[in-house]
Amino acid sequence: MRHIISVLMENEAGALARVVGLFAQRGYNIESLNVAPTDDQTLSRLTLVTKGEDRVVEQITKHLNKLIEVVKLVDLTEGSHIERELMMVKVRATGAQREEVKRTCDIFRGQIIDVTPTTYTIQVTGNEEKVNAFMDALSGATIMEVVRTGVSGLARGDKTLSL
Amino acid sequence: MTQAAHEPEMLSGGEMLIRSLKDQGVEFIYGYPGGAVLHIYDAIHNQSDVKHILVRHEQAATHMADAYARASGKAGVVLVTSGPGATNAITGIATAYMDSIPMVVITGQVMSHLIGDDAFQETDMMGLSRPIVKHNISVRDPADIPTIVKKAFYIAESGRPGPVVIDIPKDMTMPNEKFPYEYPDRIKMRSYNPVKKGHSGQIRKAVNALLQAKRPIIYSGGGVILGKASKELTQLAHQLNYPVTNTLMGLGAFPGTDRQFIGMLGMHGSYEANMTMHNADLILAIGARFDDRVTNNPAKFCPDATIIHIDIDPASISKIIQADIPIVGPVKPVLKEMLEQIEQSKLKVDNDALGLWWEQIEEWRQRHGGRYRSDDSEKMKPQHVIETLCKVTNGDAYICSDVGQHQMFAAQYYKYNKPNRWINSGGLGTMGFGLPAAMGVQLNYPDAAVVCVTGEGSIQMNIQELATCKQYQLPVKVLCLNNGYLGMVRQWQDMNYESRYSNSYVDSLPDFVALAEAYGHAGIRIESPDELEAKLTEAMAITDKVVFIDVQIDPDEHVYPMAVPGGSMADMFLSKTERT
Ligand SMILES: Cc1ncc(C[n+]2csc(CCOP(=O)(O)OP(=O)(O)O)c2C)c(N)n1
Ligand SMILES: [Mg+2]
Repeated sequence: MRHIISVLMENEAGALARVVGLFAQRGYNIESLNVAPTDDQTLSRLTLVTKGEDRVVEQITKHLNKLIEVVKLVDLTEGSHIERELMMVKVRATGAQREEVKRTCDIFRGQIIDVTPTTYTIQVTGNEEKVNAFMDALSGATIMEVVRTGVSGLARGDKTLSL
Repeated sequence: MTQAAHEPEMLSGGEMLIRSLKDQGVEFIYGYPGGAVLHIYDAIHNQSDVKHILVRHEQAATHMADAYARASGKAGVVLVTSGPGATNAITGIATAYMDSIPMVVITGQVMSHLIGDDAFQETDMMGLSRPIVKHNISVRDPADIPTIVKKAFYIAESGRPGPVVIDIPKDMTMPNEKFPYEYPDRIKMRSYNPVKKGHSGQIRKAVNALLQAKRPIIYSGGGVILGKASKELTQLAHQLNYPVTNTLMGLGAFPGTDRQFIGMLGMHGSYEANMTMHNADLILAIGARFDDRVTNNPAKFCPDATIIHIDIDPASISKIIQADIPIVGPVKPVLKEMLEQIEQSKLKVDNDALGLWWEQIEEWRQRHGGRYRSDDSEKMKPQHVIETLCKVTNGDAYICSDVGQHQMFAAQYYKYNKPNRWINSGGLGTMGFGLPAAMGVQLNYPDAAVVCVTGEGSIQMNIQELATCKQYQLPVKVLCLNNGYLGMVRQWQDMNYESRYSNSYVDSLPDFVALAEAYGHAGIRIESPDELEAKLTEAMAITDKVVFIDVQIDPDEHVYPMAVPGGSMADMFLSKTERT
């Protein structure tokens, strides 16, 4: 099962290394991970996507909670939630391809954020599924470079992960 | 009050560090100097409250501090320099981590502005130690030192204890840079709040299951000792009249000579403890972690048992074996609440079922107990040596063990009636632990009988510490079960490699008696079983000196029972020729 674990932790040097180290030491898998400060400068928010059996994911959340700098965490996939990822793709855009790529981009409500006579750089946001679907749709084009932020997310409704 | 009384004293980083230790109540620190910590060593020199013990190798400093913690329940303190000093401490930090022992390890570091430049004696101690510490902290501002020290002790000693490293760049301790000193009396952290008690609803469920059991067993581990809950455990067991087994780390939490004690469990556990576990319908696990050396094959583990698991660390629960009734909390308040709830419960212990269960257990107990005697009695049996040691010391010595067959014999045949007396490296299995551990205990309990039970292999991993014993007059007794082999390795080679003894024979052993004498100690060699008791008594009577007791034992002896690999807890080899 895929899980999105969102972690609020002290914005201190070394805290991130502890999280990453934990996954390496215990052989847990990380599909994606991102981290940035929050509105409160003393806290950073880390989101990671992992896949594993329920027992393993339970261990992951327990061990994350044990890290001294982790203040709180939530497994977003346990409830209804919103997830988003941003992807930038640089594609070859020449000849007939140029129109085709633009059309695909419009269908996915992507934006072309950089243009040269031979390339487009497209930005797409959405959940992992949508971003993957866009990649599939581009399969006819020549992809030059891809960069993805990894998933971020929060719970729907009143629920928050905060102090 | 005068104005001056309010003004905090101005101290350098190095001075603040040592003063903080004093204000924390630290009497001894164990360490070894070097470039990065010289300002700190100078601060040590200028005071007399905190005493420094100079070891001969940093690993020994960590084991001394660790053993002090194991005996007292308080964090031990280590001070080493950067680079090689810090890396030499790694084995000891990992040893403490695996057994959840509170320790504060202060490591020097190169000047802040040199970090990352591969400076002389620079190693990334934060990175190196990260996977083997409960937490580590790097000092960025000397003014933070008192708070960091307080925090380190708080983290090390609370919750599930463990080692904490404080890494201090040299420029944080400059003698001429002074800061106002104040030691905080408490620390509050929003990100760290260890649980204080168990969930009453879960405890109620546990009590109900406990009182309805027909074939119960109490399986208790090191957590009961760390949680100082030996009294509550004993009370609970007596009240219920349920059998008790202890893990290697838990020995002494329940009296070893009590009728209800059925011995250690696991890989080298007693036949009756492993059979009782395997056939139980209810297991009450207290401060134990279902280690692989206990469970054998988890898929075949105790098929009929409902499992109640009490542990302060939620990550220990359902890690290896799924718990039916988990209780997260410190064992002491949880057991107290359990006792109260049992008192109030309408349910009563099923004495008929329990009577039958005890009959069965007694039958198992008869089957394998002290079997080594039937062997050749001419030879010095290590089991007999340990039994004699127990007799000669009235079962009341601190036994600090190394790692190998001798460790298992010391666990099986010495009867520990008190907690904190059996001191060994269980989780990491660190050869070289025994002697420094005995020294750490002896220093802090000068009048106690402290025995390092070791092998001729293990003792040589930290034998240089005999010099430290001399310098600080630590009259430990070293009982070396000398079989001339890395016995535990040889046993595996006998059992799994058709007795191909690849590198398990220790050629060119020193004359340990002469060696002890060279260090200024006494040495005794014991060669025949006839002289064992008299000579051991004689050695233990010498209380002002180290006595190295070199006992020539039967090299062919194996540790039994031994779990059959891949089997259940009931699958054991009982001797060289029998298995269950
Ligand atoms: C530092 C370290 N290295 C290697 C081992 C593996 N090992 C476990 S027991 C053992 C043999 C110990 O020999 P000795 O101290 O003579 O004890 P004996 O088994 O003979 O009683 C070895 C090599 C270990 N536990 N620790
Ligand atoms: Mg040996």
